Amino acid sequence: MRENLVKNLKLGFKTNKLAVAGLIVIVVFSLASIFAFLYPVDPNAISVTERLVAPCLKHPFGTDDMGRDYLARCLYGGRASLSVGFMAMILSTAIGVLVGSVSGFMGGTVDAILMRLVDALMSLPTFLIMVVMNAYLKPGIQNVILIIGFLTWMGIARIVRGETMSLKEREYVIYSRVSGQSRGKIILKHILPNIMPTVIVSATMNIASAILMESALSFFGLGIRPPQASWGSMLSNAQRYITNAPYLAIFPGLLILLTVISFNYLGEVLRKVFEPK
Amino acid sequence: MSEKLIEVKDLQVHFKVKSDKPFSFRSNWLKAVDHVNFSIEKGKTFGLVGESGSGKSTVGKAILRYHPLKGGEIYFEGEEIGKKKEKELLPIRKKMQSVFQDPYSSLDPSQTVMDIICEPMEIHNLYTKAERKERAKEMVQIVGLEQKDLLKYPHEFSGGQRQRISIARALSIQPSFVLCDEPISALDVSLQAQIVYMLEELQEKYGLTYLFISHQLQVVQKICDEIGVMYLGNLLEISSSEKLYANPMHPYTKMLISSILVPDPGVKSLDGIVPDYGEQKRTETGCKFAGRCPHATKRCLEEEPKLREVEPGHQVACHLYE
Repeated sequence: MRENLVKNLKLGFKTNKLAVAGLIVIVVFSLASIFAFLYPVDPNAISVTERLVAPCLKHPFGTDDMGRDYLARCLYGGRASLSVGFMAMILSTAIGVLVGSVSGFMGGTVDAILMRLVDALMSLPTFLIMVVMNAYLKPGIQNVILIIGFLTWMGIARIVRGETMSLKEREYVIYSRVSGQSRGKIILKHILPNIMPTVIVSATMNIASAILMESALSFFGLGIRPPQASWGSMLSNAQRYITNAPYLAIFPGLLILLTVISFNYLGEVLRKVFEPK
Repeated sequence: MSEKLIEVKDLQVHFKVKSDKPFSFRSNWLKAVDHVNFSIEKGKTFGLVGESGSGKSTVGKAILRYHPLKGGEIYFEGEEIGKKKEKELLPIRKKMQSVFQDPYSSLDPSQTVMDIICEPMEIHNLYTKAERKERAKEMVQIVGLEQKDLLKYPHEFSGGQRQRISIARALSIQPSFVLCDEPISALDVSLQAQIVYMLEELQEKYGLTYLFISHQLQVVQKICDEIGVMYLGNLLEISSSEKLYANPMHPYTKMLISSILVPDPGVKSLDGIVPDYGEQKRTETGCKFAGRCPHATKRCLEEEPKLREVEPGHQVACHLYE
């Protein structure tokens, strides 16, 4: 099984060059934001004399409206954005898979209750909840992860529920039931491995939407606290200067775009690797 | 008379179906299995035949306690199992195994053959890990596959080989009863014979008892000792397999048997071809087959015939034989 997985992964990357590029982008971005301290410029150092400097040798990405070095802000902003995207994805996928598989497998009352909960959460306007939560929670990276994680699992739950419902009528699941396997183990051994491909695709898409959502949260002031940077907040700040300093929007926008696309291509390969034939 | 391994008394399985009227919260019940009685002797094969929708698979799965019972009793080795809770059922599940119809959905595509064959042993916590692997190696050889096949995935096998894997999985924990739910319907004819011979051989070797569900009468005739004919949830006729084919009594059985194509122009089928009168229709009262029966009388529409012994070892549910 393990060797097979490695072999399939290699094959998957060999046939999909875009995924290799995606993997490289993600690795480079992650390493760059982890080792951001190697670039010896304070991302929060304000310099009134150097406001809105276009990219030059001293400031490769230019400076923003407060004269802060934009490259440093992009590096440190990557930390916030990537970790929010990744952690929120893990949280929302975990909740979604748990709720979806239990709901789909148990059926009946359990299913009805869980799905009404999903409907209720889905019909609430997400931004309104965010604003309300803003009043109660301190802004900060953990809270951003929690809020995004708890507000975005419903889509995955619905998808997983649908897949589970079709899988549980398969004869190997019936066989497992009548052989005495417990429901929990059936979900773990027979349902989850077979819904992995779908889960992976939705999970990679969730990373992308979590990064974008974080920027929306930052815009509302709930996200990353102001002096600290995140790609999302940088992008929303850049709106005001879009005509005289377009690079302020271009750099974080490009970074978000590349990250999101890369995760999507990576997801494509992972889906193929995990897909049962 | 030898010992009865399985006895089914007055079995009823009803399914909830949505009402076709909008905004109606009253649900209708579909009587998938309606008052069915039969028994299977140890070491013998009991066949259930019938059209699709006759409830034959439902009977099989109800015996394995997959479907909840509406009523009736199931005895396994003299013990009532129809009302047992899941926890109490575990030791009984160890003795009851199953081989299902669809070779493509009866094996988990994400598992290797080794994992698949070891599953029932793991569930019942039999043997150590190493012993399980040894046993799996033994089982694949018994069903005519090779040891190296254990590392492969189900998609690497053909339909017939997959059914062999299913059989290896079922027999790995040495059950006494195996439900064969149309195990060969999805295979082509040459493979069907292979699998049937293998099932017969294994039965002899391990003293297995089969409940063999099929809609192919020729196959059932070959493998079964006793046959029950089902129609819309009712058992219409039970008889030894020779008698059923030599002397079918129920009009429905006659119709079924006359529909078998004989590959010999010299052989005449029983009464010539008995024509098929219309479609299946579920009725609340009377004989379920009355709507299609050429001999139906007013009584058939009003009163449901009970299964009764007409000759020794030959039971029929029909007003014509009273």
